[in-house]
Amino acid sequence: MDYQEILAKYADMPGGMIEAFHAIQEELSYLPEEAIIEAAQVFGKPVAQAYGVATFYSMFSVKPRGKNVIRICESAPCHVAGAAEVVAALEKELGISMDSSTADGRFALEFTECVGQCQGTPVITINGKPYVDVSPAKISGILAEYK
Amino acid sequence: MANVTIDGIKISVPDGSTILQAAKEVGVNIPTLCYHPDQAVKANCRVCVCEVEGNRLLQAACSQPVFEGMVIKTRTPKVIEARKTILELILSHHPQDCLNCIRNENCELQSLAAEYCIRDNPFENKVRGIAKDLSTPSLFRDPDKCVLCRRCIEACTVIQTVNALGIENRGSHAMVVPTLGKDLIDSPCIMCGQCIHACPVGAIGEVEDIDKLMAAIADPDTIVVTQIAPAVRLALGEEIGMNTGDLPMEVFVAGLKQIGFDHVLHTNFTADLTILEEGNELLTRVKNGGTLPMFTSCSPGWINFCETFYPDLLDNLSTCKSPQQMFGSLVKTYWADKMDIPAKKIFSVSIMPCVAKKFEAARPEMNASGFQDVDIVLTTREVGRLFRMSGIDFKKLAPAPFSPWMGEYTGAAVIFGATGGVMEAALRTVYEVVMEETLGDVNFTVARGFEGIKEAEVDLNGLVVKVAIAHGLSHARILMDQVRAGVSPYHFIEIMACPGGCIGGGGQPITKANAKRVERIEAIYIEDAAMDVRKSHLNKEVTKLYEDFLHEPLGHKSHELLHTHYHAKNKKFL
Repeated sequence: MDYQEILAKYADMPGGMIEAFHAIQEELSYLPEEAIIEAAQVFGKPVAQAYGVATFYSMFSVKPRGKNVIRICESAPCHVAGAAEVVAALEKELGISMDSSTADGRFALEFTECVGQCQGTPVITINGKPYVDVSPAKISGILAEYK
Repeated sequence: MANVTIDGIKISVPDGSTILQAAKEVGVNIPTLCYHPDQAVKANCRVCVCEVEGNRLLQAACSQPVFEGMVIKTRTPKVIEARKTILELILSHHPQDCLNCIRNENCELQSLAAEYCIRDNPFENKVRGIAKDLSTPSLFRDPDKCVLCRRCIEACTVIQTVNALGIENRGSHAMVVPTLGKDLIDSPCIMCGQCIHACPVGAIGEVEDIDKLMAAIADPDTIVVTQIAPAVRLALGEEIGMNTGDLPMEVFVAGLKQIGFDHVLHTNFTADLTILEEGNELLTRVKNGGTLPMFTSCSPGWINFCETFYPDLLDNLSTCKSPQQMFGSLVKTYWADKMDIPAKKIFSVSIMPCVAKKFEAARPEMNASGFQDVDIVLTTREVGRLFRMSGIDFKKLAPAPFSPWMGEYTGAAVIFGATGGVMEAALRTVYEVVMEETLGDVNFTVARGFEGIKEAEVDLNGLVVKVAIAHGLSHARILMDQVRAGVSPYHFIEIMACPGGCIGGGGQPITKANAKRVERIEAIYIEDAAMDVRKSHLNKEVTKLYEDFLHEPLGHKSHELLHTHYHAKNKKFL
């Protein structure tokens, strides 16, 4: 489904722009510039404001990124529990550094603030699904689910 | 009413007043940074915090409403300490290069840092290191200097409805950016420069052309000729230590001669000329069923706005060039011939209250003389800098006259600088041309004042001409939407992009409140009332121009030199 169709679906919903952005990201993993311009038109807002919405929320990206978004919690509890080792393992396994995507467009690596799973630090999420008590040894097993 | 105590002083203020408003009433000065008297309360900088008895936390005076019995303390050690820390934190992200800044000595942050004796900032200075945006010929942006007060966004979004600026990201990553984070030139920016007045610091300013002027003055083969726009004189005094309106015109001319201008002429001359061309254009459109309402075309910010947001209404725009550009094409043709100066030797400088004029002068179609008609545009602020740089004592300077042929002007031209002025000037002339009788009272006071939209009707022998006037583009939009919907009752609409008209232009001395615009407007009507001749068609030099050169309004030569056409901007996003 392209973004025009998605936007049309949410056009009449109050506050529908955010819902539409989520739906577009579901398809494309990011919000292309044309989609933001189109959204502004559909929801009767200036493009500058639609862009403000798209960049305000950290779950939206305005830059192209890999399909499966891996986010590593960098808040204090995960930090103490060894998030840095998890970061290093992910970077090594995927061959990329934080805040970038794999060349095949399969994975993106990002930081996040606390996701509310502090009972099992360190935590990562992939496409919103949390994985708790992550260790470097578990990384390839987790990633295998998405390959 | 609510009874409150501020620093021990008791006062009764209307319910809903803020602490800041109440403090003002009793003469207690609370510092502000993001607060702007003509804008919505933002409360994001926190510099105005005060103690309120019974509250554990300090309250922002700009946003906190008072309540019955409220006891406020605005200058306790706790408050001073908090304000200092807030300033130190803001300064820790601000470049420490005040000496090189366009707003040095005219910066709200710098003043606060001085007032609060900020010496050794305990916070490390971390500047983002973002490149300046130099993409437009009118304005630059220096995002590193931005203090995120968002006043520019409100000026652009609410006052002008242009929406060229917005916020990108959130929290400590937040930045003010042109639409989609692109360069200003790719945004819907219409270059009015109202963001410059809104900015408390040097994050936005005009592109300066003083060096180009100095190079031209230094060249012995170049004849440097200038024109002065109607709104400049009365505001320029503010730049050189005088009150609004107090700098006499002939002393201003003498100052420019001191700097090295060879000839000083006046945009007011072509303002009078504009009235003859535009007045006749209006009458022709009314008689021949042309496109109505006709819009004025003097304000280049407004032209950019129309080309950007109302490209379907370009036929409604008067084809008259702005007075600046009429002057530009005449100075290198008619005036050059009269003075026996080769046009190629003329360096044409215009002194404008406007930053959009810099863009207008650089438009590729503005070359009717065979050269670029206006070589550079200096703002009122830049001329203020030139005067300060040159050390002229204006109190001791003997007055000097304008050069001949294009220096004469009437009161009608003077009032071009205020919202409603072009309309009033046009009515003075159109009335006499149509009625073939002398107008008793030349004051069309209905066209005056700071109201956003004004309207009037003039009965010309049974032909009832309906006119409207708007300043500030949010007001213009209301009139434009009527035209677009086919329900506009008017024949003639005057639009000025900037609040107050040119006296509030983006190139004027930094204007912190609309109250200053109102003061400048008053100065304009004082100048008009003191003029012997107050109708454009009685300008003798303009009459001579028609006799010797143009022959008739809207004639062949006029079309060649004084009229233009407009282009839809076709921006990719708005």
